[in-house]
Amino acid sequence: MTEVPISWFLTLSAVLFVLGVAGFVFRRSVITVFMSIELMLNAVNLSFVTFSYQLKQVNGHLFAFFVMVVAAAEAAVGLAIILTVFKNRETLNIDDVDSMKN
Amino acid sequence: MDVILFLTFALIAVVCAINVVVQTHPISSAISLVGVMGSLAVLYLLLGAEFIAAAQVIVYAGAIMVLFVFVIMLLNAGTESKRGRSLVAQLLGAPLLVALLGLVAYFVERLYPRSVSVHFGGFTHGTPLDIGRALFTTYLLPFEATSVLILIAIVGAIVLARKEMD
Repeated sequence: MTEVPISWFLTLSAVLFVLGVAGFVFRRSVITVFMSIELMLNAVNLSFVTFSYQLKQVNGHLFAFFVMVVAAAEAAVGLAIILTVFKNRETLNIDDVDSMKN
Repeated sequence: MDVILFLTFALIAVVCAINVVVQTHPISSAISLVGVMGSLAVLYLLLGAEFIAAAQVIVYAGAIMVLFVFVIMLLNAGTESKRGRSLVAQLLGAPLLVALLGLVAYFVERLYPRSVSVHFGGFTHGTPLDIGRALFTTYLLPFEATSVLILIAIVGAIVLARKEMD
């Protein structure tokens, strides 16, 4: 067998996405939570490119490209927010940033 | 050959992704995430997405992860503090995760029969030429909107991160 079934790519994408969700839910460091979001975006990109292969169209690549651009913008703004939070509260633990709780 | 390539880099991606989640130090997570992105770039090449593979390496593994490592260094982020979890979560968390993944894999396998398969060179329209042609004709409006989005992100990041000048 020299050809890879397309379902393997989609399963890999699902595995990476679930690991991203697990990191997002379980981790307490705000930077690691942010990295888990990037992991989920990467998993979705793999799905887009795989479907693009299956349908023999270039549109999926364009969507992956736009996801990358939005991820870059999101990383810039998100890390700036992390910097501001750290400057005001001296912590990176998401459990300690709870001023809207009460 | 394609199967070996896929299995190798899929394994690297999954191991690195698990490492992202279980490592307690942010730098270890960031380096593992670079591993995930690099192996995904190889898989994109296997799928014929040349431009996306290059953009993955340059934008994700290059620019975004450097930004992450830079912020981790700047904030001197240390090891995450351990917290107690409930016994049910400790015992059932990992098996339930594996069960969910098994279910997803089963349904994906059912939905996509073996006849649809990937071989290297099966799709050759992922070159920068094709991407550029689609980007500047069909997707011109989203492309322009993206440029505005990036401008807003730059200005927003500067406004958020600068020192208050009272």
